[in-house]
Amino acid sequence: MMFKTAFAALSALWLATAAGAEELKMAVTTSFANSGLAEVLLPEIQKDTGIEVQLLVVGTGQALKLGEAGDVDAVLVHAKAAEEAFVEAGHATHRREIMYNDFIVVGPAGDPAGAKAAGSASEAFALIEEAQAPFVSRGDDSGTHKAELKIWASAGIEPAGDWYKAVGQGMGAALNTAAGMDAYIFADRASWLNFDNKAGLDLLFEGDPALFNQYAYLPVNPEKHAHVKADAAKALEDWLVSDKAKGLIEGYQIGGQQLFHFNAEAM
Amino acid sequence: MNDIVEGLWQAARLVITLDPGLAEITLRSLQVTLTATVIASVLGLPMGAWIAVNRFRLRRFAIAILNALMGLPPVVVGLIVYVLLSRSGPFGVFGLLFTPTAMIIAQVIIITPIIASISHQAIRELWADYHDLLISLHATRAQRIKTLLWDGRRALMTAALAGFGRAIGEVGAIMIVGGNIDHATRVLTTAIALETGKGDFGLALALGFVLIALAIAVNLALHMLSGTERGSRW
Repeated sequence: MMFKTAFAALSALWLATAAGAEELKMAVTTSFANSGLAEVLLPEIQKDTGIEVQLLVVGTGQALKLGEAGDVDAVLVHAKAAEEAFVEAGHATHRREIMYNDFIVVGPAGDPAGAKAAGSASEAFALIEEAQAPFVSRGDDSGTHKAELKIWASAGIEPAGDWYKAVGQGMGAALNTAAGMDAYIFADRASWLNFDNKAGLDLLFEGDPALFNQYAYLPVNPEKHAHVKADAAKALEDWLVSDKAKGLIEGYQIGGQQLFHFNAEAM
Repeated sequence: MNDIVEGLWQAARLVITLDPGLAEITLRSLQVTLTATVIASVLGLPMGAWIAVNRFRLRRFAIAILNALMGLPPVVVGLIVYVLLSRSGPFGVFGLLFTPTAMIIAQVIIITPIIASISHQAIRELWADYHDLLISLHATRAQRIKTLLWDGRRALMTAALAGFGRAIGEVGAIMIVGGNIDHATRVLTTAIALETGKGDFGLALALGFVLIALAIAVNLALHMLSGTERGSRW
């Protein structure tokens, strides 16, 4: 009897997840989800296309892994080199640039390393290393982490030592750690503006073109995974590059600041 | 300290206003964990009883393994279930990854050893009392297990509740196999992890208090329904 009930409950659950409106699973980066833009876009997408987009919020490394395994239908990430390799390997049909935002350097308001006065992002990083000031790194192979490593490389520094703390966690958790230790951290602007526990931290460096952060959309290749909802993924892509999406993305503000800049091109 | 007060206050506000977002994730928490507890009980209780009444060669070894499995790290269970259910894994064709079903499967694996182990302890003691009687009545093995399960039902409820308690507060495994998708697989614990990540400690704590209250409510409800701890009855 109990067995039957349990079995019925299980199959009901299974059916409930299989039926309903057309669902599309998309892996996105934490920085995109934390920005709050998704809450603006998703209801509009559902209204216009009838697609219910389910977001899996992970780091770029894991997002691409999910696409490779066929566990999601599309990927929206920000790590150009990794994305191009992904398309090259045939995991996605193509790569479509949608929008960009930018990274910033956050640190203790007192700025012991003097990063505020730096002329470029790599100079700011060099000053932090010179001062051996605590620096929290994502250390999770995410897009933000990759962008951070690129700047260390351009400064000619191999970050290591007691001052360099790789936490291996998402943007929010890393910001919490930095706030707790009064450390420097490399973050995306959206996560920073939406972050509530700023404690003694302040935005110290911004504006270097090296800090631009391009987001691209990658539909998973249906030739590799027959179950992938390629039509829905195409409909979503068409919506994301539409004028309506442009208006919503450009108009999205936190604290009076525009976060994302739409730059999709017609194909 | 301020955060805790703020959290309590916010929890009260969310509950009193019947916040729809809160109701949704709370119900999903209950749905997933109660289903997992029922399935794990169906598997674990007879397993515990069977080990208690049977003598077999590797019995001691089996008990040791069962006790060790009580400490299964949820994150490892999550990872294994994830790999099995992934589209590139052996059960990928079912498309179960990132669904509540996947979360139930992970929780069943985590709590079945707990329920089996605790029920084994309880049944073993009962079996010592009932042994001579049941043997002299020529009860079959199945009848013995049935009798023991029924007469030990209060202790067995404790076993099931221990499993429930572990599952309702678990986050490592269901985060991995569920993916914390809004309106699909987000539950109380994964929402707490998310809000902590956003630095919104007030809301995270509020959800935490709701979770604790929920665990207490389920325990109380089960005790009332089964009529334990009531006056003259023990």
